[in-house]
Amino acid sequence: MYEVIAFYLFSVLTIGLFLVTVMSKNVLYAMTSLASGMVLIAGFFFILGADFLGVVQLIVYVGAVMALYSFAMMFFDATKDIKEKNTSAALVFLLGGMSALVLVLIFAAPIHSETIQALYPMHEGVGNAQDVGIVLFTKYLVPFEVAAVMLLVAMIAGIILAGKKMDDSLTEDLDADDEIYIQLKDEK
Amino acid sequence: MIGLSHYLIVSAIIFSIGLVGVLRRRNLLMLFFATEVMLNAVNIAFAAISHYYNDLTGQMFAFFIIAIAASEVAVGLGLLIVLYKKYGSLDLDDLANMKG
Repeated sequence: MYEVIAFYLFSVLTIGLFLVTVMSKNVLYAMTSLASGMVLIAGFFFILGADFLGVVQLIVYVGAVMALYSFAMMFFDATKDIKEKNTSAALVFLLGGMSALVLVLIFAAPIHSETIQALYPMHEGVGNAQDVGIVLFTKYLVPFEVAAVMLLVAMIAGIILAGKKMDDSLTEDLDADDEIYIQLKDEK
Repeated sequence: MIGLSHYLIVSAIIFSIGLVGVLRRRNLLMLFFATEVMLNAVNIAFAAISHYYNDLTGQMFAFFIIAIAASEVAVGLGLLIVLYKKYGSLDLDDLANMKG
């Protein structure tokens, strides 16, 4: 019973919040609604019994990724609304609706769901974190190490890309902006 | 009772929201938000299938998706900062300089 209530509450709230993320003109609104939608998705994981995945979602997405976004917001001017020259809304909603239809058809297609065997079945009486740990460090050890190397590469790339000329501001200094503008004009 | 198809439908709806965002957004930061929405929708589907088939593989894939999303955000935001330093804007129409 509680599962049903939680499921419908979480799904309605998540869909609403992500709609705000996609439709909002203000970057701050979009980012806050994205963060809260991710917290609710962690709630989905807890309902589904994937405790460790839920905690990872909270730490990595809500903690690290959103903190990274909010740090990046300090470089861009977040207070003014974003002016976007939108492509025609009818076309976008036609394409989006068609892809949604394709998705529903894919999910509703007759799949061999009866013949699916669990590759790494969960064990009764063992916590989710232990189960995940055993499978992750035996069967998925090589992808795990590759993911670690990839995160290291991403960290180095982030430092090198963002770390240059950190001492001069991007939005406050109008002279620098003018200089960039003049450079742009000269290049053209 | 909530079945697998409920979760898959919610996941498909959220994925379509993200797709509409990718199609209609012109600002690069907002495009990043829309991709995050799509990645999260896929994670829900993986966790639900993992629960209803009593299989841990779905959760494993969700972990790797989270790792990939984290590194994508790190590199992508670095690139956005470089672009903003160079052009002073994150709008795709301003950045399009390869007009044929």
